[in-house]
Amino acid sequence: MGNPFKSKAFVVLVPYIWLFVFFLAPFLIVLKISLSMTAIAMPPYVPAFDLSAGIGGILSDLKELSLENYAFLFSDSLYIKSYLSSLQIALVSTALLLLIGYPVAYGMARAPKAWRPTLVMLVILPFWTSFLIRVYAWIGILSREGLLNTFLTWAGLIDTPLTILSTNIAVYIGIVYSYLPFMVLPLYAALEKMDESLLEAASDLGCPPLKTFWVVTFPLSLPGVIAGCFLVFIPAVGEFVIPDLLGGSETLMIGKTLWAEFFSNRDWPLASSVAVILLLILVIPIVFFQNAQQRSQERNG
Amino acid sequence: MAANAYSPIKRKFAPWDDPSAKPFIRFENVTKRFGDFVAVDDLSLDVYEREFFSLLGPSGCGKTTLLRMLAGFEKPSEGRILLDGQDISGVPPHRRPVNMMFQSYALFPHMSVEGNIAFGLKQDKMPKADIEARVQEMLRLTKLEPFAKRKPHQLSGGQRQRVALARSLAKRPKVLLLDEPLGALDRKLREETQFELMDLQQDLGLTFVIVTHDQEEAMTVSDRIAVMDHGQLVQVASPAVIYEFPSTRYVADFIGDVNFLSGKVSAVSGDDIDIKDDSLACTIRAHADNPGAKAGDDVWLAIRPEKMRISLDQPADTATNCVAGEVWDIGYLGDVSVYHVKLENGNVVKSTVANQTRLVERPISWDDKVWLTWPRDAGVVLTA
Repeated sequence: MGNPFKSKAFVVLVPYIWLFVFFLAPFLIVLKISLSMTAIAMPPYVPAFDLSAGIGGILSDLKELSLENYAFLFSDSLYIKSYLSSLQIALVSTALLLLIGYPVAYGMARAPKAWRPTLVMLVILPFWTSFLIRVYAWIGILSREGLLNTFLTWAGLIDTPLTILSTNIAVYIGIVYSYLPFMVLPLYAALEKMDESLLEAASDLGCPPLKTFWVVTFPLSLPGVIAGCFLVFIPAVGEFVIPDLLGGSETLMIGKTLWAEFFSNRDWPLASSVAVILLLILVIPIVFFQNAQQRSQERNG
Repeated sequence: MAANAYSPIKRKFAPWDDPSAKPFIRFENVTKRFGDFVAVDDLSLDVYEREFFSLLGPSGCGKTTLLRMLAGFEKPSEGRILLDGQDISGVPPHRRPVNMMFQSYALFPHMSVEGNIAFGLKQDKMPKADIEARVQEMLRLTKLEPFAKRKPHQLSGGQRQRVALARSLAKRPKVLLLDEPLGALDRKLREETQFELMDLQQDLGLTFVIVTHDQEEAMTVSDRIAVMDHGQLVQVASPAVIYEFPSTRYVADFIGDVNFLSGKVSAVSGDDIDIKDDSLACTIRAHADNPGAKAGDDVWLAIRPEKMRISLDQPADTATNCVAGEVWDIGYLGDVSVYHVKLENGNVVKSTVANQTRLVERPISWDDKVWLTWPRDAGVVLTA
């Protein structure tokens, strides 16, 4: 018998084992909890599968699972509003990030070759400080007596301090600031590898520079645009820290709702069903996108 | 071009010899600097309408910069560039009536073959039906009809080259610029394409300016060749003049194979020039087509290997144009054999002999003592 650790099958299995242990199994646990009912117990839900009860016990436990939590999610407008508001904040943030990130990435990709590694480094530099500290720092900047208001008052631009902190504007600022590298880097990668002679060819064939951007540069950078948008949109939908620290009471985001259900209400089953629905909302468009991309690749290849 | 006065070579198309002909493209004292580096150095050049003009030289000689200035991608640091009598130095590339075929082809990867060819026409706001007709015509001309709907990455290198050509020709530019257009093709395809390029140029009646480092390509396609070195023109002439009457050793060496015999001018009498060197037993007598050489000057006789006769027998006259040596190496190329002969002074001279008979064993072999002779007008006397 050969050593299984040396066999080819093991090499192939490793990623599947990884996915099973760290993705599928936790998901199944969350899914199972979402079908349970809350209870004052440890863990705080029933049924808790007890292997000592034997197969008969597990089977009777399975019968207790229900979709009641999901029904509740759709009956209470708070949850639907949270989802919609999260999607809206994530969409607007993604659009803002694209508007800001594209020129940044374009500038980097067109910078002299010797500068580019330094510029990429500068984009990554904020990661050297804790994410939490950077978001906290924005409180100091945006609060009524913060740096921004002090500066604007000093400059004579405003008389009364602006209320930015604890509004959705602060949430947008926080998300755009924190996620900018995730937008810039894929865009930069797409723009940097673009052959500059294509721009010369367009110009040579009579295309003015601005039009060249829309008919050549932008279409060729689309893979980077799509990757960047997905990279920021997906985590932005479920974002919790930024709305919690910078947002106000009217800031409704699903991450905050989830946190409240889980920690304040100790309703693990409802929190789990919120998470499962969130996952579905995000997975469906990704699958559609993947399919579309594969089809276009097959058409071209 | 002193050689032209003597040149026995006649050509039908030679507007450059006609003083009344108006140049179509004119470089006037053009200099281009990149920082401290001078890419093009005070260069003046005329190209005529319907000419197939080659810029030939090693990499870094400034030939591509010259072409890019014509396309508008680089601005001359000094001097003017005139196209059809108009100064185009300040005109941006998208407003110039010239099109370029790029070395990398620069095909738009997100567009089909048709889309690539139509790109330039769409910029001109041409009516849709006309665009369609022109695209079909270009597809037919470049034999690309079956591939019209494909994307560039689904084509072979040769097909991509055709798309690039079709795209750059679609707008019927006054001048087509070609930057190493055949560099990426294999030898057989390259040779075929060279002739196709010439036919296209003839049929469409366009002016072609081509940049190449391949001297065979330049010889095949061009009406005239400009040999460049260090941002300057060394010689501008027809392929035959460049080959038979190179103006300097650089040109002679760059185009084809050549032997150099060096010496001092011992006498100039009428048409003849005599060259002596202490290391050579014979006197070199050549046609004095270089009027600059005076007695006592250091000169070189440039002579092509195919013009050197090789023989195992001692010739009757060994005093003039005759050197002796040993066969050092033989290169058998099929059509010709190249004999490398080591002279008594240690220099190696090449002689090419056409293999007109089917013999596996050639009469001249390694280490044979041989004699090399050449007629009086076979070589060119060069002073530089």
